[in-house]
Amino acid sequence: MTSDLPMLLHVDAISKAYPGVIANHDVSFSIRQGEVHALLGENGAGKSTLVKMIYGLVKPDSGQMRWLGAPYAPTAPRVARSTGVAMVFQHFSLFEALNVAENVALGMENPPPMKALAARITQVSQDYGLPLDPARMVGDLSAGERQRVEIIRCLLQDPKLLIMDEPTSVLTPQEVEILFKTLRQLAAEGTAILYISHKLEEIRSLCDAATILRRGKVVGTADPKTSTARELAEAMVGATLTPPERAAPKDWGDAEPALAVQNLSAASPIPFGTSLKEISFSVERGEVLGIGGVAGNGQDELLLALSGEIAAGAQMIRAAGRPVGAMGPADRRRIGFVMAPEDRLGHAAAPDMSLVENAFLTGGVRRGLVKNGFIDWPAARVFADAVINAYDVRTPGSHVAARALSGGNLQKFVIGRELSQSPDVIVINQPTWGVDAAAAAAIRQAILDRAAAGAAVVIISQDLDELLEIADNFAVLNLGRLTVPRPVKGLTVDQIGLMMGGVHGMETAHVPA
Amino acid sequence: MDFGSINLAVLIASLMVASVPIMLAALGELIVEKAGVLNLGVEGMMIMGAICGFIVTIQTQSPFLGFVGGAIGGAALSMVFAFLTQVLLANQVATGLALTMFGLGMSSLMGQGYNGLKPVPTPPVPFGPLADIPFFGPVLFSHDWVVYFSIFMSGLLWWVLKSTRMGLILRAVGESHEAAHALGYKVIRIRFGAIAFGGAMAGIGGAYVSLVRVPQWVDGITAGAGWIALAIVVFAAWKPWRVLIGAYLFGGITVLQLNLQVAGSWIPVEYLSMSPYLITILVLVIMSSGKGRALNAPAALGQNFHASR
Amino acid sequence: MFRLEKRPSPSKFWLYATPVVAVVLTMIFGGLLFAAMGTNPFTVIKTIFWDPVFGEFAFYLRGQLLVKAGPLILIALGLSLGFRAGIWNIGAEGQYIIGAICGAAVGLAAYPTESRLIFIPMIAAGALGGWAWAMIPAILKTRFNTNEILVSLMLVYVAETILAKAATGFLKNPEGMGFPGSRNFSSYPAAANPELIAGSGLHWGGVAAIVIGGLAYVLLSRHIIGFQIKLSGQAPRAARFHGVNPNKLVVLCMGLSGALAGLAGMFEVTGPAGQISIDFNVGYGFTAIIVAFLGRLNPVGIILAGLIMALTYVGGEMASTNLGLPSAAIQVFQGMLLFFLLGVDVLTNFRIRMAGGK
Repeated sequence: MTSDLPMLLHVDAISKAYPGVIANHDVSFSIRQGEVHALLGENGAGKSTLVKMIYGLVKPDSGQMRWLGAPYAPTAPRVARSTGVAMVFQHFSLFEALNVAENVALGMENPPPMKALAARITQVSQDYGLPLDPARMVGDLSAGERQRVEIIRCLLQDPKLLIMDEPTSVLTPQEVEILFKTLRQLAAEGTAILYISHKLEEIRSLCDAATILRRGKVVGTADPKTSTARELAEAMVGATLTPPERAAPKDWGDAEPALAVQNLSAASPIPFGTSLKEISFSVERGEVLGIGGVAGNGQDELLLALSGEIAAGAQMIRAAGRPVGAMGPADRRRIGFVMAPEDRLGHAAAPDMSLVENAFLTGGVRRGLVKNGFIDWPAARVFADAVINAYDVRTPGSHVAARALSGGNLQKFVIGRELSQSPDVIVINQPTWGVDAAAAAAIRQAILDRAAAGAAVVIISQDLDELLEIADNFAVLNLGRLTVPRPVKGLTVDQIGLMMGGVHGMETAHVPA
Repeated sequence: MDFGSINLAVLIASLMVASVPIMLAALGELIVEKAGVLNLGVEGMMIMGAICGFIVTIQTQSPFLGFVGGAIGGAALSMVFAFLTQVLLANQVATGLALTMFGLGMSSLMGQGYNGLKPVPTPPVPFGPLADIPFFGPVLFSHDWVVYFSIFMSGLLWWVLKSTRMGLILRAVGESHEAAHALGYKVIRIRFGAIAFGGAMAGIGGAYVSLVRVPQWVDGITAGAGWIALAIVVFAAWKPWRVLIGAYLFGGITVLQLNLQVAGSWIPVEYLSMSPYLITILVLVIMSSGKGRALNAPAALGQNFHASR
Repeated sequence: MFRLEKRPSPSKFWLYATPVVAVVLTMIFGGLLFAAMGTNPFTVIKTIFWDPVFGEFAFYLRGQLLVKAGPLILIALGLSLGFRAGIWNIGAEGQYIIGAICGAAVGLAAYPTESRLIFIPMIAAGALGGWAWAMIPAILKTRFNTNEILVSLMLVYVAETILAKAATGFLKNPEGMGFPGSRNFSSYPAAANPELIAGSGLHWGGVAAIVIGGLAYVLLSRHIIGFQIKLSGQAPRAARFHGVNPNKLVVLCMGLSGALAGLAGMFEVTGPAGQISIDFNVGYGFTAIIVAFLGRLNPVGIILAGLIMALTYVGGEMASTNLGLPSAAIQVFQGMLLFFLLGVDVLTNFRIRMAGGK
């Protein structure tokens, strides 16, 4: 239906290599005006590098691009923007301590004076059903509202090509619907949209064409309207995946739940963070509780409170009846907790330290690696090597620095380190973030195995599919509050969406019906 | 109104003069920190400004060229800091300390043979009859141009940071260099500019010490003014107009304790002369005890930026 | 132009090579500076780096080397622990002064005892004095989140005025005929810190430096507190996740560095300096910062770096008397050394690539 419109951008045989990685190899594809084109691929397939080259942030090693038939080689984002390319980033492009209008102005070449800009923001946000208050501080906005800031920043420049990098990962299902309506409206007006995602159902409902990337190469093109999700998944992953196996539920006959949280409230130590408000839940041995919700609703804070990095009242957290709320991380590990924060490099692991030191970082207590205050380094090395072998961590050895590992390998190391400590309580935030599909499946299986062995598991994740796959019960964090956990069986996407708070921030402006 | 032998008009007039060096240096450092860079070498840049300004004035007999020389001296030293921290990604705290140590040594080396000389005085701006108005004359209309320049700069920087695109970009770079880079701003180049400006302002401030405040050359002449300037930036919560208030406050304390020393107060001289430092600590405590980001510090302060991909 | 590329793992080679490269670069650029000042750079470099160890007066100067290196190493060892943890005590000069005053005060209070035992409470008082002075920024940081850099530095100026008051007031020698300065410990043997082996320059401070260097090495490489110190500096959030209490670490590191600086001051005032005087402190507390970095914050490295830095002091004095080199030139030289060190350090974590080249 868009095939009669003129070709907007043609990418021809582009390659880009980084030390040790070929990010893109001989990649070609084209996009027409008004077309919604999907770039489909797993984490690490090279999607982000490709769009950064189109946006002028990265220079290709070889290959060329054509824009409306003319050679196009942007040397800087400024050039790309003036050509008509706009980009909504997944991370790192908003300034929390600046207000909406200032953030928008920073992304424009020649912004009008602040007052006029604020008026235009209000106007455009109403036209596209994306309400925003220009005077609000971005740090105070929800993830979905922040994305609106980025989208409006792009729309104000009348882009011919809008690049969206994983836009729905921060949205509730209802917010996704609003976004798609906006995007369809834009496409109808002639704007081409390059849509990056690994979520197949979204692509099938939104996109006109798809280019599939795997390990930096184009492995195929597809018409998402006629392909099945399974076909797309296999093209993207390159293998058939089996869902994880669950052990049959079992009654452990405990008097007290393995982990019980009662009215947990805690102020956030993170700037612009979300404080926890009266959180209550309990997890039995063998049970997996999945906690969903849009990023920035208290996930990081909940992990910090459960790991002991922020102190809570002693009775707010109990493990098998024992109050542990006032304990620090080391004491909690001593009684059987293991934890894995979302941020691997810098929080779960020290980037410049070796894998041996990083294994000791959390394993020291439960693996008995400290004697009279002195560290048994040879034993720590044995532990690190065991984790590396058991969890298939690709590394030249345990002596290398954590930062030398790829994101997926480091994630496997961190999860493996925690699960190898015969835990009673497991708390993990984003267990498979940034990991390829095969490794993600392996991680989920390992978690379920520990649950079957009698651990109580709390998984915090923004990947709903993942939670529905492995959790027994499901709850949602929203503005620092936790919904009442419900059994996963029988939950519908609409119910989940409502648990997630539906749509955030729609009351700030009038929405046309 | 007199406090014993201390005249209030004279006191205010002299505190305005006394606060010029720390105000200029603090304003410069404020811009540097707004860009996300922590340059602890203010003391070193000030003293380089002091000696460069002094030498130029002695050689050219022009106080104005002296201040230009001071600005160049401070900025030149700041470029060493910029190169080390922005290009070679050296630790900003350590490099700032190195800058101070190097500046103290270098100024003393350059100052060999300049001890005991008198620079050409910097005359007050002629305001004609305005200067004769009782009280307001000596307070407002009796100063040299640098005093007015320092007040003007605090207003100018307030306006630049609040209302101009340049100020917005500067704040953005100091908030998140990743985001600024992703939008295509040249983080390193902008920070180089800010560091150079900070160096020049510290240099002018230093030159004011050796050309007007003292006025002669002595080793270590800045005596910790650079460190107090750093504290004033914290006191001011990174707002230029509050730098003005902070600098006048410290200028006032300095002048008052000097006056009390001369007047022969009952408080021992030693305790009076340590008072500016103790009050700096006290102010830091009061300002810092607020919660988290209430302080308004730039989020990327002190972090180096390396565009990896 | 060149471009930096992050190494996957820090380079072991450059970790050890950077101090050497920095010293060589400092010699070259320092030589250029000396040449610009009209002296023969080769003679100056030789006077500073060669003569104190192998020259005509080496028999005397070698001793001087240990006299200077002792306090530098002692202070730098303490500072290095904090620097590793990201805790910036730059007020060691003040802690050094207060340690000296406290140590000396205890000794002078017992004047004229003849019991050598008095030296033990003096040592304790020196360490305690430095510790207490460092506790001010430490507690203000943990209680009020106050910047320890500025507070510890401000306290140097305060300590200097207290020193002036001590020399002219409460510790003034009552038999000093009105001259400022305390009694001289060289004529008070029970409380003095004498040279242990004649001509070696080794006094109790030097012994302490070596012993504490060994302890610090074990602490950093084997003990969990050493691990926590390193972890806190490299990845503060990972340290909290591990279970480090940042406030306790601040108190520990500031306290240790203050106590060691206080010890150094106490050994200095009772030994080489001999008395509390207005200009008793000569900047060891600041130079020790350079020593700590030159030694790569590693105890063994710091002992070597302390000796090299002592060389620049001793050699610098020689160059000053024999060649008329201003003493400020040595200060510049030391500052340059720190610049080069910090600059060359980039090679540990980055590779340099020429732009355009593959």
